[in-house]
This record gives sequence, structure tokens and C-alpha cells, in this order.
Amino acid sequence: MRRDVFQAIADPTRREIINLIAFNPLNLNAIADNFEVSRPAISQHIKILMECGLINIKKQGRERYCEASLQQLNEVSNWIEKYRQLWEQKFSRLDDLLDKIKKDTTAQ
Amino acid sequence: MATKNETSIKAEPGKQEIFITREFEASREIVFKAFTTPELIVQWLGCDELKMRLDKFEPKSGGSYRYVHIDQAGNEYGFHGVVHEVLTPERVIQTFEFEGLPETGHVVLETARFEALPGNRTRLSMQSVFQSVTDRDGMLQAGMEHGVNDSYARLDELFAKELVN
Repeated sequence: MRRDVFQAIADPTRREIINLIAFNPLNLNAIADNFEVSRPAISQHIKILMECGLINIKKQGRERYCEASLQQLNEVSNWIEKYRQLWEQKFSRLDDLLDKIKKDTTAQ
Repeated sequence: MATKNETSIKAEPGKQEIFITREFEASREIVFKAFTTPELIVQWLGCDELKMRLDKFEPKSGGSYRYVHIDQAGNEYGFHGVVHEVLTPERVIQTFEFEGLPETGHVVLETARFEALPGNRTRLSMQSVFQSVTDRDGMLQAGMEHGVNDSYARLDELFAKELVN
């Protein structure tokens, strides 16, 4: 099942996990050590992040490392950026209209 | 001309709201007029690829509205809602629904606040509250594509998924 990225990063613990491994992969124990919640709870968070493609597990020898895959997050901020551009188009036209109204008002 | 006033969007992950903020080089009274006068609103609320037709527009408490965006192929996309409150020149509260979804009832509550700033300037703050995170995200994703057909097809997809789940 593919999860919604927005849902995945809605949780503060999951956001913190991503921050931890954003630059360096870490194994499960190393990640869990940073939190007060139980290891199974952290495992569950990691499972959710994997389901939406934000974390990959890589094997190095006998160790399994969690690695961040942040392309998905870029897509999310792309949505907001495109939405912002849509509105900026409208507001640009509104800027022009407001200028016109101001000119017409002073001309009277 | 004055400095460019940037549109700012806030849409936190896992929440049901979108906040849009924008400043304008005009008094609050004038900006408010541009939002609540039919002849003026059609001049800016569309977007580059779309023409806008107002079927009904009653900018007063208890009024209602319906408008249609028309793309270059002649396809029509309808939007309608009721006006809860028009408090000149401070605030407009209304509902908003896009008619092109697979089912009705995905309504948004929109509040537009107009704040007077020094130097005859205005800050506009629009808050849109959706019925679910999925509804909110669907709206954001609809903004992703330049082609309108694509955006609404995506919305269809999203809501079809939600119905199936």
C-alpha cells in the first residue's frame, strides 16, 4: 500500500527521524537511541516512512541501515510552489487592476 | 513601481487548511471592492489559460455565487457557494465547492481578511478550511499542472482513490 507522504510527515517523531538520517544513514538501534519512545514504536514509524518511499533500507554486511530518500518531499513542496504560482498569477492581474482603479479615481 | 509583494502559501503537512497571504499597493476599501464587485472580479480571478464567466454573484451576507472557468477547448468548470458574511471592508466568509468532482459535498470554508497597512496598503489573508486532509491535498495537487484538464483529472483520480478506500 502506498501511503500519502503528507500523512507520513505529519507526525513530529517521523519528521525527527528523517532529520536524523537526512545526511547519514543510521541503523535502527542508532535511530531509536535518540528517542524516549520504545523500539517497537520507532520500528512502526520507520515502517510507515518506508511505505511512502521516504526511507530505504540498505544492507551493509550484517547491518541494515535506514537511508533517507527525500525526492518525495521535494514533490510535496513542488505542489505548494505550483499552487502559489497559480495564485500569484491572479494577484498579479489584481495588482494591475488596482493600479487602474487608483488612476481612474484620481482622474475624477 | 513599488516593490513586488510576494504571495505566500502555508499548508502544513497533515492539516486541513491552506493560508494565503499577499500585500497590495492599494487601500483596503479598493482591494475589498475588487473582491466584491462582479465587473472587477472577472478581471483577475481566472488564470491565464481560462476565461471566467459569472453566472451569479451576490456579494452580501446570505447571498450566493456561481462562476465557471472555460478552457481553450470550451470545457466548463463550475464553482459555487454561499456567502456567509460580507463585512465591509474587513472580511468575507463563504463556502466553496468545485462541481467537477465524482461526488458532491467536498465543501471548503473560506475566510478572506483585509487588513489596512500604513501608506494606503493592504494585507490580504485568506484561510481555506477543508473537510479532510485529503481534500486539502487534492486542492494543492490540482495547482500542480499548468494544463487545467490535467489538474482536474488528477483531482478525479485522488477522489476516486478516496472513494475506493
